[in-house]
Amino acid sequence: MKCNDEIVELMHEYLDEEIDPKNEMILREHLKGCKECEKLFNEYKKTIAVVKGTSRMQAPPDFTAKVMASLPKEKKKVGMQRWLRNHPLIAAASLFLVLMMGSVFSTWNQEREFSVSKQDNLVVQNDTVIVPEGEVVKGDVIVRNGKLKIEGEVQGNVTVINGEQYLASAGHVTGQIEEVNAVFDWIWYHMKKTALEVIDIFNDSDK
Amino acid sequence: MDALIKKRIKQVIKGDQDAFADIVEIYSNSIYQLGYRMLGNRHEAEDIAQEAFIRAYVNIKSFNQDLKFSTWLFRIATNLCIDRIRKKKPDYYLDAEVSGTDGLTMYSQLSSDTPLPETELESLELQESVQKEILKLPEKYRSVIVLKYIEELSLNEISEILDLPLGTVKTRIHRGREALRQQLRYV
Repeated sequence: MKCNDEIVELMHEYLDEEIDPKNEMILREHLKGCKECEKLFNEYKKTIAVVKGTSRMQAPPDFTAKVMASLPKEKKKVGMQRWLRNHPLIAAASLFLVLMMGSVFSTWNQEREFSVSKQDNLVVQNDTVIVPEGEVVKGDVIVRNGKLKIEGEVQGNVTVINGEQYLASAGHVTGQIEEVNAVFDWIWYHMKKTALEVIDIFNDSDK
Repeated sequence: MDALIKKRIKQVIKGDQDAFADIVEIYSNSIYQLGYRMLGNRHEAEDIAQEAFIRAYVNIKSFNQDLKFSTWLFRIATNLCIDRIRKKKPDYYLDAEVSGTDGLTMYSQLSSDTPLPETELESLELQESVQKEILKLPEKYRSVIVLKYIEELSLNEISEILDLPLGTVKTRIHRGREALRQQLRYV
C-alpha cells in the first residue's frame, strides 16, 4: 500500500487544520477512490470526536477557598514596605540621618592630611607647627593632624584637630585653646563652628 | 479577561494576596480537568491543581508579564502531572516498553492481539472507556492529546507549554491519535 504513508500524513495535516488547499484536494480525491483510507480517516475523525466529547470536569466548589487558605502568609518584606508607606516621615528622617552620617565620616577620613592655617611667621617642622619665641601670630591658628608648639604669642583662637598642642611657659594665647581628637569631638566642633558662622552672618546683617 | 488577569497579577506582585482568588477562580476548572485527564482520579486532580496554583503564587515574580499567563500556568500544572506520572509505578508496563524505541510498537501489538472484549465495552460507558484509553497513553502522548483535545489549545501554545519544538508536538499528536484510534475504533 504505497498510498498509505503519504495519505496518512495528509490526514494528519488535515486533522491539525494545517493542510493547504492543494493537498486537501489530493486527499479528498484519494479518499473517494480508496475505501481503506476512507475508513481510516473516518476512524480518526470519530476518535477525535469521542475524545473531545468527554464531559467537562468542574473543580470542587470549595477549591478556590482551599487554595487561598494554603497560600504562604504574606512575607515580612511586604509588611515592612507597608509600614514605610504609612510612616513616610520617620522613613525620610532615618534616611537623612544615614546619609548625613555617611558624609560626616567620609569628610573625617578625607581630612587625615596634615594642614595648618597660613600665617607667615609659623614654623613647620615635619608634622609640628611652632610659634617661635618672640613672634606674634595674628589670627586663629588651626592645625590638623599635627602637633602645635606655642613659644611665642597667638592673638586669636587655637584649634588642634587630631593632634596635640603644647603651650610653653613663655607662650601666650589671647583666645581659646581647643583640641579635637575623636570623631564625635570633631562633629561637635563642626556643629559649633557652623552655628557660630550662622550667628556671625546674622550679626553682620544687623550691622 | 486578559486585562483583568494582568491587573490581578500586578496586585499579587505588590503583595495583595486576595487578588489571587480571581485568578484561581478563572482557571480552576481547566487546571483541575487537566489533572483529572492526566492522572485519572478526582483526588489527585484536586491535589495537583492546588499545588499548581500555589506554585504559581509563590513564583509569580518570575512570570514574564508580556507572555500569556495561562500558558505559564499550564506549564506548571503539566510538569507537575508529568512528574507525578513518572513517580508512580505503572501497573502495566506499556510506558516502560514504549519510551525506549519506537513509541507505539507495543500498542499496535496490544491492540491487534487483544482488542477490548465486547462485553467489557458494553458494560462501560463511552466516557469511561475514553478516559481509560487516554490514561493508557504514555505520558508524552497523553499530555499533548489532553492539551489539544480536552483543553483545546493551539499547537503553538502546546509547544510553549511543553517547551518542545512544534514538529515534536505534531509528531506526538499524530502518534497519540493513532494509538487512540486503534483502541477506540471498536467503540
